[in-house]
Amino acid sequence: MQKMRINIYKELRHFSLEVALRIEEGEFIAIRGRSGSGKTTLLRVIAGLEEARGVIEIGNRRWLEDRKALPPQKREVGFVFQEYALFPNMSVLQNLLYVKKDLGFALHLLKLVDLLEHKNSFPHQLSGGQQQRAALARAYMRKPKVMLLDEPLSSLDPATRGYLQTKIKELHQAFGTTTLMVSHDVAEIYRLSSRVVEIEQGKVLQEYETKEIGKRHQLHKAEVVEIDEKSIVVAFMGDIFRLPRKGSHKVGDIVEVEIKELQLV
Amino acid sequence: MRCRCKPFIEAVIAMPLVLPPSVLGFYLLVALAPDSPVGKLIKELFGVELVFSFPGLVVASILYSMPFMVQPLQRGFEATPKNIIEASFLAGKGWLQTLIFVILPNMKGSLLNALIITFAHTIGEFGVVLIVGGSIPEKTKVASIAIYEYVEMLDFTSAHIYSAIMVAMSFLVLLVVYAKNAHKHL
Repeated sequence: MQKMRINIYKELRHFSLEVALRIEEGEFIAIRGRSGSGKTTLLRVIAGLEEARGVIEIGNRRWLEDRKALPPQKREVGFVFQEYALFPNMSVLQNLLYVKKDLGFALHLLKLVDLLEHKNSFPHQLSGGQQQRAALARAYMRKPKVMLLDEPLSSLDPATRGYLQTKIKELHQAFGTTTLMVSHDVAEIYRLSSRVVEIEQGKVLQEYETKEIGKRHQLHKAEVVEIDEKSIVVAFMGDIFRLPRKGSHKVGDIVEVEIKELQLV
Repeated sequence: MRCRCKPFIEAVIAMPLVLPPSVLGFYLLVALAPDSPVGKLIKELFGVELVFSFPGLVVASILYSMPFMVQPLQRGFEATPKNIIEASFLAGKGWLQTLIFVILPNMKGSLLNALIITFAHTIGEFGVVLIVGGSIPEKTKVASIAIYEYVEMLDFTSAHIYSAIMVAMSFLVLLVVYAKNAHKHL
């Protein structure tokens, strides 16, 4: 079994990243947390793109032992960046073949992400969703032991995001690669992951099974659209609700609301 | 590059931009002289004397034109998105492969700019090549020095011919660079 053990420490500007995780082979972990809480840094440390101290172990291979770190080239990780990071001078197919000269596997991956007909297109000729699918296929070219997805869908529109979620799920099912994905999107987390790790100021705040996400999070985000003396009106899930005003707000603010306190306007 | 010596290296490379060419030429002449340690070493290793010779002219021009090559390349390198370099590392590639297959092809514009400007600048050089090369006919005499000498001899026709060629060449080079940049920004 290729169990993964992460126990790392890294000084950041305002706090230290101290994370200990045990991950089973093939698990799909979602990493949640506020912006700047260290989620991306955690993925970058696992990939070997940033230094840290501690242990990262997968099966019987150690990628990090105290300060002794394997370079990213030797870690067998796939990494999908938020901004795609395709090589602009190469076509989609060349992007994949640059990783490994295996034409059959590259075409198989492009078929899985529905990009066969765009195999000769260059990144600038593709939409955001197509670029991210190409980046996803490229990340699987090395048949990595661990797949790291850093908010891969955050810059895409909702419809494209749903489609990409399906593709991520299919690829995960096809290869069974242990996956860690940073995401803010509850629907995405619910759909894709089996476990959620919440990070706050560089520390693991809580870990729970994804199906518990509803119980853990009674609060939902809604946008303030109107304010009067005693109440605020918010837009939430396609409807408009009124709720008692607590504290000062302005139109456009995002507030956290509980479903039971919402009254339909 | 995160090295603390970076400002020092940058300052040394940019020196020819502010130094009078005669100063640079003088120090190169002293440093490369056959009886100097560097001159002796080069003679022993490569069997050439760099003072008053064409190879010497080339070496002096390289040093003099270095900032015109290095600065656009540095800007191009710094403008390369960090994540495509990292994506190459994560694809299992080392620095050299990343440089050849990812970084350089993505800074083609800067590379071409650097080559053209450096070439044009080197052709027009005067002070350094005069001191290091000595303007020996058919050996180290270059166009810019020839113009000076024709003017001294009051042979304005020859000076005009050489000068006109230089003007046309400089204009063409700059036109190519600016046209290429304008096309890129369209």
